[in-house]
Amino acid sequence: MIGPNGAGKTTLFNVICGFAVAQSGAIALDGKPFRPRPHHLSRHGIARTLQGVGQFNGMTVLENVLVGIRGGRATEEAAYEALERCGVSEFAGAYPASLPYAKRKRVELARALASRPRILMLDEPAGGLDSEEIDWLAELIRTVETTVLLVEHHMDLVMSVCDEILVLDFGKPIALGSPGEIRGNEKVAEAYLGTAA
Amino acid sequence: MDRFLYLTFDGLSRGAIYAAFALALVLIWRAARIVNFAQGAMAVAAAYAGYSVTNATGSYWLGFITAVAGGLLLGAAVERVVMRFVDHSSPLNGVVVALGLVLIIQGVLGMIYGNEFRPAQAPFSRDAFQIGGVALLSRYDLFVFAAVGTVVALLTLLFTRTPTGLRMRAAAFAPDVSRLLGVPVGGMLTLGWALAAAVGSLAGMLVVPTELGLHPNAMDLLFISAFTAAVLGGLDSPVGAVVGGLVVGLLLAYVSGYLGATVAPMAVLILLVVVLLGRPDGLFSKAKARTA
Repeated sequence: MIGPNGAGKTTLFNVICGFAVAQSGAIALDGKPFRPRPHHLSRHGIARTLQGVGQFNGMTVLENVLVGIRGGRATEEAAYEALERCGVSEFAGAYPASLPYAKRKRVELARALASRPRILMLDEPAGGLDSEEIDWLAELIRTVETTVLLVEHHMDLVMSVCDEILVLDFGKPIALGSPGEIRGNEKVAEAYLGTAA
Repeated sequence: MDRFLYLTFDGLSRGAIYAAFALALVLIWRAARIVNFAQGAMAVAAAYAGYSVTNATGSYWLGFITAVAGGLLLGAAVERVVMRFVDHSSPLNGVVVALGLVLIIQGVLGMIYGNEFRPAQAPFSRDAFQIGGVALLSRYDLFVFAAVGTVVALLTLLFTRTPTGLRMRAAAFAPDVSRLLGVPVGGMLTLGWALAAAVGSLAGMLVVPTELGLHPNAMDLLFISAFTAAVLGGLDSPVGAVVGGLVVGLLLAYVSGYLGATVAPMAVLILLVVVLLGRPDGLFSKAKARTA
Protein backbone atom coordinates (compact mmCIF):
# COMPACT_ATOMS: atom_id res chain seq x y z
CA MET A 1 0.00 0.00 0.00
CA ILE A 2 1.53 3.28 -1.09
CA GLY A 3 0.46 6.89 -1.32
CA PRO A 4 1.61 10.39 -0.49
CA ASN A 5 2.01 11.45 3.15
CA GLY A 6 -1.41 11.81 4.76
CA ALA A 7 -3.10 9.52 2.22
CA GLY A 8 -4.46 7.35 5.04
CA LYS A 9 -2.24 4.28 4.79
CA THR A 10 -1.50 3.96 8.51
CA THR A 11 -5.08 4.96 9.32
CA LEU A 12 -6.28 2.03 7.21
CA PHE A 13 -3.88 -0.24 9.10
CA ASN A 14 -5.28 1.16 12.35
CA VAL A 15 -8.82 0.42 11.19
CA ILE A 16 -7.86 -3.14 10.27
CA CYS A 17 -6.31 -3.54 13.73
CA GLY A 18 -9.21 -1.97 15.63
CA PHE A 19 -7.31 1.11 16.81
CA ALA A 20 -9.55 3.35 14.70
CA VAL A 21 -13.17 3.06 13.57
CA ALA A 22 -14.05 3.33 9.89
CA GLN A 23 -16.65 5.97 9.00
CA SER A 24 -17.94 3.75 6.21
CA GLY A 25 -17.24 0.43 4.55
CA ALA A 26 -16.69 -2.99 6.07
CA ILE A 27 -13.81 -5.33 6.80
CA ALA A 28 -13.91 -9.00 5.86
CA LEU A 29 -11.52 -11.79 6.72
CA ASP A 30 -11.73 -15.08 4.84
CA GLY A 31 -14.90 -13.75 3.21
CA LYS A 32 -16.64 -13.21 6.54
CA PRO A 33 -17.40 -9.89 8.27
CA PHE A 34 -14.55 -9.10 10.65
CA ARG A 35 -14.87 -6.84 13.67
CA PRO A 36 -11.30 -5.96 14.53
CA ARG A 37 -10.17 -5.74 18.14
CA PRO A 38 -6.47 -5.21 18.81
CA HIS A 39 -6.01 -7.97 21.39
CA HIS A 40 -7.90 -10.49 19.23
CA LEU A 41 -5.71 -9.99 16.15
CA SER A 42 -3.18 -12.63 17.14
CA ARG A 43 -6.02 -15.18 17.50
CA HIS A 44 -6.86 -14.53 13.86
CA GLY A 45 -3.22 -15.02 12.89
CA ILE A 46 -2.54 -11.34 12.26
CA ALA A 47 0.66 -9.65 13.43
CA ARG A 48 1.66 -6.03 12.94
CA THR A 49 4.74 -3.89 13.36
CA LEU A 50 4.52 -0.16 13.99
CA GLN A 51 6.20 2.85 12.40
CA GLY A 52 9.46 3.43 14.24
CA VAL A 53 10.04 0.89 16.97
CA GLY A 54 7.44 -0.11 19.55
CA GLN A 55 9.28 -2.19 22.09
CA PHE A 56 9.21 -2.90 25.79
CA ASN A 57 12.52 -1.30 26.70
CA GLY A 58 12.43 -2.56 30.27
CA MET A 59 12.34 -6.17 29.05
CA THR A 60 15.07 -8.16 27.33
CA VAL A 61 14.98 -8.90 23.60
CA LEU A 62 13.97 -12.52 24.35
CA GLU A 63 11.17 -11.38 26.69
CA ASN A 64 9.98 -8.93 24.01
CA VAL A 65 9.58 -11.79 21.57
CA LEU A 66 8.04 -14.16 24.14
CA VAL A 67 5.18 -11.73 24.83
CA GLY A 68 3.78 -12.39 21.37
CA ILE A 69 3.81 -16.19 21.62
CA ARG A 70 0.90 -18.08 23.08
CA GLY A 71 1.41 -20.88 25.66
CA GLY A 72 3.10 -24.23 25.26
CA ARG A 73 6.57 -25.50 26.11
CA ALA A 74 8.03 -24.62 22.74
CA THR A 75 7.60 -20.87 23.21
CA GLU A 76 11.27 -20.14 23.96
CA GLU A 77 12.32 -22.33 21.05
CA ALA A 78 9.96 -20.42 18.74
CA ALA A 79 11.32 -17.12 20.05
CA TYR A 80 14.93 -18.12 19.35
CA GLU A 81 13.93 -19.40 15.92
CA ALA A 82 12.40 -16.00 15.06
CA LEU A 83 15.39 -14.14 16.48
CA GLU A 84 17.76 -16.31 14.46
CA ARG A 85 15.75 -15.77 11.31
CA CYS A 86 16.11 -12.03 11.84
CA GLY A 87 19.80 -12.32 12.73
CA VAL A 88 19.50 -10.96 16.26
CA SER A 89 19.57 -14.09 18.44
CA GLU A 90 22.94 -13.03 19.88
CA PHE A 91 21.14 -10.08 21.53
CA ALA A 92 18.52 -12.25 23.28
CA GLY A 93 19.66 -11.17 26.74
CA ALA A 94 20.16 -7.49 25.87
CA TYR A 95 17.71 -4.65 26.36
CA PRO A 96 16.34 -3.20 23.10
CA ALA A 97 17.26 0.36 24.09
CA SER A 98 20.93 -0.66 24.07
CA LEU A 99 20.78 -1.83 20.42
CA PRO A 100 21.26 0.19 17.22
CA TYR A 101 18.05 1.27 15.49
CA ALA A 102 18.33 -1.29 12.70
CA LYS A 103 18.72 -4.16 15.18
CA ARG A 104 15.71 -2.92 17.13
CA LYS A 105 13.67 -2.98 13.92
CA ARG A 106 14.81 -6.58 13.40
CA VAL A 107 13.74 -7.47 16.95
CA GLU A 108 10.31 -6.05 16.22
CA LEU A 109 10.11 -8.16 13.06
CA ALA A 110 11.19 -11.23 15.03
CA ARG A 111 8.46 -10.56 17.58
CA ALA A 112 5.86 -10.36 14.83
CA LEU A 113 7.14 -13.52 13.13
CA ALA A 114 7.40 -15.52 16.35
CA SER A 115 3.64 -15.93 16.55
CA ARG A 116 3.76 -17.52 13.07
CA PRO A 117 1.08 -15.20 11.63
CA ARG A 118 -0.75 -15.89 8.40
CA ILE A 119 -1.01 -12.14 7.75
CA LEU A 120 1.93 -9.90 8.58
CA MET A 121 1.28 -6.15 8.53
CA LEU A 122 4.42 -4.06 8.18
CA ASP A 123 4.09 -0.29 8.63
CA GLU A 124 7.03 1.45 6.95
CA PRO A 125 9.58 -1.18 7.97
CA ALA A 126 12.31 0.40 5.82
CA GLY A 127 12.06 3.80 7.53
CA GLY A 128 15.46 4.87 8.87
CA LEU A 129 17.32 1.84 7.46
CA ASP A 130 20.39 1.92 5.19
CA SER A 131 20.50 0.16 1.82
CA GLU A 132 22.12 -2.99 3.23
CA GLU A 133 19.35 -3.38 5.81
CA ILE A 134 16.70 -2.70 3.18
CA ASP A 135 18.16 -5.46 0.98
CA TRP A 136 17.98 -7.83 3.97
CA LEU A 137 14.38 -6.74 4.63
CA ALA A 138 13.41 -7.33 0.99
CA GLU A 139 14.85 -10.83 1.14
CA LEU A 140 12.93 -11.54 4.36
CA ILE A 141 9.63 -10.36 2.84
CA ARG A 142 10.24 -12.44 -0.30
CA THR A 143 10.97 -15.61 1.63
CA VAL A 144 8.59 -15.38 4.60
CA GLU A 145 5.84 -18.00 4.37
CA THR A 146 2.95 -15.66 5.01
CA THR A 147 0.85 -12.96 3.38
CA VAL A 148 2.48 -9.57 3.89
CA LEU A 149 0.56 -6.28 3.92
CA LEU A 150 3.15 -3.57 3.46
CA VAL A 151 2.87 0.20 3.89
CA GLU A 152 6.03 1.74 2.53
CA HIS A 153 7.52 4.86 0.95
CA HIS A 154 10.68 3.17 -0.30
CA MET A 155 9.64 2.54 -3.92
CA ASP A 156 12.51 0.22 -4.85
CA LEU A 157 11.52 -2.06 -1.98
CA VAL A 158 7.81 -1.88 -2.85
CA MET A 159 8.40 -2.61 -6.55
CA SER A 160 10.75 -5.51 -5.78
CA VAL A 161 8.67 -7.44 -3.24
CA CYS A 162 4.99 -6.73 -3.96
CA ASP A 163 2.66 -8.82 -6.13
CA GLU A 164 -0.09 -6.24 -5.95
CA ILE A 165 -0.05 -2.57 -5.03
CA LEU A 166 -2.91 -0.42 -3.74
CA VAL A 167 -2.42 3.35 -4.07
CA LEU A 168 -4.27 5.65 -1.68
CA ASP A 169 -4.70 9.40 -2.01
CA PHE A 170 -6.71 11.54 0.42
CA GLY A 171 -8.18 8.38 1.90
CA LYS A 172 -9.44 6.99 -1.43
CA PRO A 173 -8.02 4.12 -3.47
CA ILE A 174 -6.90 5.50 -6.82
CA ALA A 175 -5.16 2.47 -8.30
CA LEU A 176 -4.72 -1.26 -7.76
CA GLY A 177 -2.43 -3.42 -9.81
CA SER A 178 0.92 -5.08 -10.32
CA PRO A 179 4.13 -3.07 -9.88
CA GLY A 180 4.36 -2.69 -13.68
CA GLU A 181 0.79 -1.38 -13.94
CA ILE A 182 1.24 1.06 -11.08
CA ARG A 183 4.50 2.38 -12.54
CA GLY A 184 2.72 3.50 -15.70
CA ASN A 185 -0.45 4.78 -14.04
CA GLU A 186 -1.04 8.50 -14.68
CA LYS A 187 -3.31 8.97 -11.66
CA VAL A 188 -0.57 7.66 -9.40
CA ALA A 189 2.02 9.99 -10.92
CA GLU A 190 -0.39 12.89 -10.48
CA ALA A 191 -1.02 12.02 -6.86
CA TYR A 192 2.69 11.99 -6.13
CA LEU A 193 3.84 14.87 -8.33
CA GLY A 194 0.73 17.07 -8.32
CA THR A 195 0.40 17.02 -12.14
CA ALA A 196 0.01 14.31 -14.76
CA ALA A 197 3.42 12.97 -15.77
CA MET B 1 25.76 -1.62 71.31
CA ASP B 2 22.98 -3.91 72.61
CA ARG B 3 20.48 -1.18 72.04
CA PHE B 4 21.83 -0.54 68.55
CA LEU B 5 21.48 -4.23 67.65
CA TYR B 6 17.95 -4.39 69.04
CA LEU B 7 16.95 -1.25 67.14
CA THR B 8 18.53 -2.62 63.95
CA PHE B 9 16.53 -5.84 64.05
CA ASP B 10 13.39 -3.98 65.06
CA GLY B 11 13.97 -1.57 62.17
CA LEU B 12 14.46 -4.39 59.69
CA SER B 13 11.23 -6.04 60.85
CA ARG B 14 9.27 -2.78 60.45
CA GLY B 15 11.14 -2.12 57.23
CA ALA B 16 10.00 -5.45 55.80
CA ILE B 17 6.39 -4.33 56.32
CA TYR B 18 7.09 -0.96 54.71
CA ALA B 19 8.79 -2.82 51.86
CA ALA B 20 5.68 -4.92 51.23
CA PHE B 21 3.44 -1.86 51.28
CA ALA B 22 5.86 0.09 49.07
CA LEU B 23 5.87 -2.87 46.68
CA ALA B 24 2.08 -2.56 46.44
CA LEU B 25 2.43 1.12 45.51
CA VAL B 26 5.11 0.31 42.93
CA LEU B 27 3.00 -2.45 41.34
CA ILE B 28 0.16 -0.01 40.69
CA TRP B 29 2.47 2.78 39.60
CA ARG B 30 4.13 0.50 37.04
CA ALA B 31 0.81 -0.79 35.76
CA ALA B 32 -1.28 2.38 35.73
CA ARG B 33 1.03 5.35 36.40
CA ILE B 34 -1.07 6.23 39.48
CA VAL B 35 0.19 6.70 43.02
CA ASN B 36 -2.58 4.86 44.83
CA PHE B 37 -3.22 7.16 47.75
CA ALA B 38 -6.16 4.89 48.64
CA GLN B 39 -3.80 1.95 49.34
CA GLY B 40 -3.82 2.59 53.09
CA ALA B 41 -7.60 2.91 53.29
CA MET B 42 -8.03 -0.23 51.17
CA ALA B 43 -5.63 -2.13 53.45
CA VAL B 44 -7.47 -0.99 56.56
CA ALA B 45 -10.81 -2.07 55.02
CA ALA B 46 -9.35 -5.52 54.34
CA ALA B 47 -7.92 -5.63 57.87
CA TYR B 48 -11.38 -4.84 59.32
CA ALA B 49 -12.83 -7.71 57.25
CA GLY B 50 -10.16 -10.00 58.69
CA TYR B 51 -10.82 -8.65 62.18
CA SER B 52 -14.55 -9.42 61.84
CA VAL B 53 -13.86 -12.99 60.71
CA THR B 54 -11.35 -13.53 63.51
CA ASN B 55 -13.86 -12.24 66.06
CA ALA B 56 -16.63 -14.43 64.65
CA THR B 57 -14.58 -17.63 64.35
CA GLY B 58 -11.84 -17.17 66.93
CA SER B 59 -9.27 -18.07 64.27
CA TYR B 60 -6.54 -15.53 63.54
CA TRP B 61 -5.50 -17.38 60.38
CA LEU B 62 -9.01 -17.42 58.93
CA GLY B 63 -9.12 -13.67 59.51
CA PHE B 64 -5.65 -13.28 57.97
CA ILE B 65 -6.66 -15.17 54.82
CA THR B 66 -9.92 -13.22 54.62
CA ALA B 67 -8.03 -9.92 54.81
CA VAL B 68 -5.59 -10.83 52.02
CA ALA B 69 -8.33 -12.32 49.82
CA GLY B 70 -10.59 -9.35 50.61
CA GLY B 71 -7.77 -7.00 49.58
CA LEU B 72 -7.41 -8.92 46.32
CA LEU B 73 -11.12 -8.53 45.53
CA LEU B 74 -11.23 -4.90 46.67
CA GLY B 75 -8.25 -4.06 44.44
CA ALA B 76 -9.91 -5.68 41.43
CA ALA B 77 -13.20 -3.92 42.19
CA VAL B 78 -11.57 -0.50 42.59
CA GLU B 79 -9.89 -0.89 39.19
CA ARG B 80 -12.92 -2.26 37.36
CA VAL B 81 -15.56 -0.02 38.91
CA VAL B 82 -13.70 3.22 39.56
CA MET B 83 -10.20 3.66 38.13
CA ARG B 84 -10.98 2.29 34.66
CA PHE B 85 -13.39 5.17 34.11
CA VAL B 86 -11.04 7.91 35.24
CA ASP B 87 -9.81 10.23 32.50
CA HIS B 88 -6.06 9.59 32.59
CA SER B 89 -5.15 12.53 30.33
CA SER B 90 -3.97 14.29 33.51
CA PRO B 91 -2.14 12.35 36.25
CA LEU B 92 -3.93 14.52 38.79
CA ASN B 93 -7.33 12.94 38.00
CA GLY B 94 -6.31 9.52 39.32
CA VAL B 95 -4.81 11.08 42.45
CA VAL B 96 -7.97 13.07 43.18
CA VAL B 97 -10.17 9.99 42.71
CA ALA B 98 -7.86 7.94 44.97
CA LEU B 99 -8.05 10.63 47.67
CA GLY B 100 -11.85 10.59 47.30
CA LEU B 101 -11.79 6.84 47.83
CA VAL B 102 -9.80 7.34 51.05
CA LEU B 103 -12.53 9.60 52.44
CA ILE B 104 -15.31 7.22 51.39
CA ILE B 105 -13.65 4.06 52.71
CA GLN B 106 -12.59 5.63 56.01
CA GLY B 107 -16.03 7.21 56.45
CA VAL B 108 -17.84 3.93 55.83
CA LEU B 109 -15.49 2.03 58.17
CA GLY B 110 -16.06 4.68 60.86
CA MET B 111 -19.83 4.26 60.51
CA ILE B 112 -19.63 0.46 60.73
CA TYR B 113 -16.91 -0.06 63.34
CA GLY B 114 -16.70 3.30 65.14
CA ASN B 115 -13.62 5.47 65.51
CA GLU B 116 -12.05 3.91 68.58
CA PHE B 117 -8.94 1.72 68.38
CA ARG B 118 -9.73 -1.98 68.43
CA PRO B 119 -6.87 -4.12 69.73
CA ALA B 120 -5.70 -6.68 67.17
CA GLN B 121 -4.02 -9.90 68.24
CA ALA B 122 -0.66 -11.09 66.94
CA PRO B 123 -0.39 -14.74 65.88
CA PHE B 124 2.99 -15.12 67.57
CA SER B 125 4.69 -13.70 70.66
CA ARG B 126 6.17 -10.22 70.25
CA ASP B 127 8.65 -10.82 73.10
CA ALA B 128 12.17 -10.72 71.71
CA PHE B 129 14.50 -13.72 71.99
CA GLN B 130 17.57 -13.20 74.14
CA ILE B 131 20.70 -14.13 72.20
CA GLY B 132 23.90 -13.72 74.19
CA GLY B 133 21.95 -11.65 76.69
CA VAL B 134 20.80 -9.26 73.95
CA ALA B 135 17.12 -8.95 72.97
CA LEU B 136 17.04 -9.22 69.17
CA LEU B 137 14.05 -10.71 67.40
CA SER B 138 10.64 -11.96 68.39
CA ARG B 139 8.71 -14.84 66.88
CA TYR B 140 6.42 -12.24 65.35
CA ASP B 141 9.41 -10.53 63.68
CA LEU B 142 10.41 -13.88 62.16
CA PHE B 143 6.83 -14.33 60.92
CA VAL B 144 6.99 -10.85 59.33
CA PHE B 145 10.28 -11.67 57.55
CA ALA B 146 8.92 -15.01 56.34
CA ALA B 147 5.63 -13.53 55.10
CA VAL B 148 7.24 -10.59 53.27
CA GLY B 149 10.08 -12.77 51.95
CA THR B 150 7.55 -15.25 50.55
CA VAL B 151 5.55 -12.49 48.88
CA VAL B 152 8.66 -10.92 47.33
CA ALA B 153 9.82 -14.34 46.07
CA LEU B 154 6.39 -15.18 44.62
CA LEU B 155 6.10 -11.81 42.89
CA THR B 156 9.62 -12.18 41.49
CA LEU B 157 8.71 -15.62 40.13
CA LEU B 158 5.45 -14.30 38.70
CA PHE B 159 7.05 -11.39 36.87
CA THR B 160 10.17 -13.16 35.62
CA ARG B 161 9.14 -16.78 35.08
CA THR B 162 5.51 -16.85 33.99
CA PRO B 163 3.74 -15.77 30.78
CA THR B 164 1.16 -13.89 32.85
CA GLY B 165 3.87 -11.87 34.60
CA LEU B 166 5.54 -11.17 31.28
CA ARG B 167 2.25 -9.89 29.86
CA MET B 168 1.59 -7.78 32.95
CA ARG B 169 4.97 -6.11 32.48
CA ALA B 170 4.40 -5.69 28.75
CA ALA B 171 0.96 -4.13 29.32
CA ALA B 172 2.51 -1.66 31.74
CA PHE B 173 5.37 -0.70 29.39
CA ALA B 174 3.42 -0.27 26.13
CA PRO B 175 -0.33 -0.96 26.22
CA ASP B 176 -1.01 -0.52 22.48
CA VAL B 177 1.89 -2.73 21.39
CA SER B 178 0.78 -5.31 23.96
CA ARG B 179 -2.76 -5.33 22.57
CA LEU B 180 -1.39 -6.03 19.10
CA LEU B 181 0.39 -9.05 20.57
CA GLY B 182 -2.82 -10.42 22.04
CA VAL B 183 -2.33 -9.20 25.60
CA PRO B 184 -5.65 -8.40 27.34
CA VAL B 185 -4.38 -5.12 28.75
CA GLY B 186 -7.53 -4.37 30.77
CA GLY B 187 -7.37 -7.77 32.45
CA MET B 188 -3.68 -7.35 33.25
CA LEU B 189 -4.44 -3.97 34.83
CA THR B 190 -7.17 -5.50 36.99
CA LEU B 191 -4.82 -8.29 38.03
CA GLY B 192 -2.11 -5.73 38.88
CA TRP B 193 -4.48 -3.76 41.11
CA ALA B 194 -5.75 -6.95 42.75
CA LEU B 195 -2.24 -8.24 43.51
CA ALA B 196 -1.09 -4.85 44.75
CA ALA B 197 -4.08 -4.50 47.06
CA ALA B 198 -3.55 -8.04 48.38
CA VAL B 199 0.10 -7.25 49.16
CA GLY B 200 -0.97 -3.96 50.76
CA SER B 201 -3.54 -5.83 52.87
CA LEU B 202 -0.89 -8.31 53.97
CA ALA B 203 1.32 -5.40 55.05
CA GLY B 204 -1.67 -3.92 56.87
CA MET B 205 -2.33 -7.16 58.74
CA LEU B 206 1.35 -7.34 59.70
CA VAL B 207 1.54 -3.79 61.01
CA VAL B 208 -1.70 -3.65 63.03
CA PRO B 209 -0.51 -5.84 65.96
CA THR B 210 2.55 -3.58 66.32
CA GLU B 211 0.42 -0.43 66.61
CA LEU B 212 -2.33 0.71 68.97
CA GLY B 213 -4.84 -1.42 67.09
CA LEU B 214 -7.33 -1.17 64.27
CA HIS B 215 -8.78 2.24 63.40
CA PRO B 216 -10.05 3.76 60.13
CA ASN B 217 -6.86 5.87 60.01
CA ALA B 218 -4.59 3.07 61.25
CA MET B 219 -2.59 2.88 58.00
CA ASP B 220 -1.89 6.61 57.60
CA LEU B 221 1.64 6.45 59.00
CA LEU B 222 2.25 3.13 57.22
CA PHE B 223 1.23 4.79 53.95
CA ILE B 224 3.53 7.78 54.48
CA SER B 225 6.46 5.55 55.45
CA ALA B 226 5.87 3.18 52.53
CA PHE B 227 5.37 6.04 50.08
CA THR B 228 8.69 7.49 51.24
CA ALA B 229 10.26 4.04 50.77
CA ALA B 230 8.82 3.75 47.25
CA VAL B 231 10.01 7.25 46.28
CA LEU B 232 13.42 6.55 47.81
CA GLY B 233 13.83 3.35 45.82
CA GLY B 234 12.20 4.76 42.69
CA LEU B 235 8.49 4.28 41.95
CA ASP B 236 9.42 2.15 38.95
CA SER B 237 11.61 -0.27 40.87
CA PRO B 238 10.34 -3.26 42.90
CA VAL B 239 13.89 -3.84 44.16
CA GLY B 240 14.05 -0.17 45.13
CA ALA B 241 10.77 -0.53 47.07
CA VAL B 242 12.21 -3.37 49.14
CA VAL B 243 15.52 -1.58 49.79
CA GLY B 244 13.68 1.70 50.45
CA GLY B 245 11.35 -0.05 52.90
CA LEU B 246 14.26 -1.46 54.89
CA VAL B 247 16.05 1.91 54.94
CA VAL B 248 12.93 3.72 56.17
CA GLY B 249 12.35 1.00 58.77
CA LEU B 250 15.88 1.39 60.10
CA LEU B 251 15.63 5.18 60.08
CA LEU B 252 12.39 5.07 62.07
CA ALA B 253 13.81 2.58 64.55
CA TYR B 254 16.98 4.60 65.19
CA VAL B 255 15.14 7.93 65.43
CA SER B 256 12.49 6.42 67.75
CA GLY B 257 15.14 4.68 69.84
CA TYR B 258 17.60 7.53 70.20
CA LEU B 259 15.50 10.69 69.78
CA GLY B 260 12.02 9.58 70.83
CA ALA B 261 8.98 8.10 69.10
CA THR B 262 7.32 11.49 68.65
CA VAL B 263 10.14 12.61 66.33
CA ALA B 264 9.83 9.55 64.05
CA PRO B 265 6.99 10.76 61.76
CA MET B 266 8.90 14.01 61.24
CA ALA B 267 12.03 12.07 60.28
CA VAL B 268 10.07 10.21 57.57
CA LEU B 269 8.72 13.46 56.16
CA ILE B 270 12.20 15.04 56.19
CA LEU B 271 13.57 12.01 54.32
CA LEU B 272 10.73 12.28 51.79
CA VAL B 273 11.48 15.97 51.16
CA VAL B 274 15.22 15.31 50.86
CA VAL B 275 14.64 12.50 48.33
CA LEU B 276 12.15 14.54 46.28
CA LEU B 277 14.56 17.48 46.16
CA GLY B 278 17.76 15.51 45.65
CA ARG B 279 16.81 12.49 43.58
CA PRO B 280 13.14 12.54 42.62
CA ASP B 281 13.51 9.50 40.34
CA GLY B 282 14.75 7.46 43.30
CA LEU B 283 17.87 5.37 43.75
CA PHE B 284 16.89 2.45 41.50
CA SER B 285 14.62 4.04 38.90
CA LYS B 286 14.98 2.96 35.29
CA ALA B 287 12.60 5.63 34.00
CA LYS B 288 15.21 7.11 31.66
CA ALA B 289 16.02 3.78 30.08
CA ARG B 290 12.33 2.98 29.59
CA THR B 291 11.54 6.13 27.69
CA ALA B 292 14.68 6.00 25.50
